Amino acid sequence: MSKSPATQARRERPLSPHLTIYRPPITMTMSIIHRITGGALYFGTLLVAVWLMAAASSQATFDWVNWAFGTWLGRLVLLGYTWALMHHMLGGVRHFIWDTGAGLEKHTASKIAWATLAGSVVLTLLIWVAGYLARGA
Amino acid sequence: MSGKNNTDMRTPMAKVRGLGSSHEGTQHFWRQRLTALANIPLTLFFVGFLIALNGAGYAEVRAALANPFVALVMILFLISGLYHMRLGMQVIIEDYVISEGLKLLTIALSTFFTVAVGVASIFALLKLAFGG
Repeated sequence: MSKSPATQARRERPLSPHLTIYRPPITMTMSIIHRITGGALYFGTLLVAVWLMAAASSQATFDWVNWAFGTWLGRLVLLGYTWALMHHMLGGVRHFIWDTGAGLEKHTASKIAWATLAGSVVLTLLIWVAGYLARGA
Repeated sequence: MSGKNNTDMRTPMAKVRGLGSSHEGTQHFWRQRLTALANIPLTLFFVGFLIALNGAGYAEVRAALANPFVALVMILFLISGLYHMRLGMQVIIEDYVISEGLKLLTIALSTFFTVAVGVASIFALLKLAFGG
């Protein structure tokens, strides 16, 4: 199949700016992260289920799960889980604000997007500081 | 509203029901928001509970989970959270899985996963609450 003049002409037309051209606005990034954290939390429920099942079973099983959660890798996963939970929760609040019709103006939406990111990091740190204080170590 | 040149093919009954081609209307959206709203206080409780319990041993954790109030709120947290995540995963699957058969299969598997996690977790809670 030879290329028709129409195909050639189409090729030379400029492409409309797309994902690789735009500097991603913060609202877009937060939207993507909202979906990613949602997906992560989906599988994160396995951690809750494992913990509850361990508590309902033997001391040895519980101690093993407790040990696994306490390793550096376990703590890293739980730290990520905490942040995902907080980010997704604040992102949800953002959607509730939008549901009322408020906060949709471009610059306001960007500010709220930054606020969810900052808020999620602050809340995560507060939770972990509180957790270590409760532990007394 | 609708003139003589109306091209809307819907019957008056379909318009009144407002369920659209999915026959579900806004149900998915509404339940997603409803569980999202419930998840906020339930999640805050869960996080606070874990903070308070940090460093606790086997006996202490079991006693805390066996508390009727804790058990009830935990069950609500699980039901609302799991329902919400199943709805969310359905949207993700519908967005990225093109093949109709694979789409239905993955959504079904996601539902099974959700129910399995929920039943296992709630059974563990009930065991702690009633049987020890």
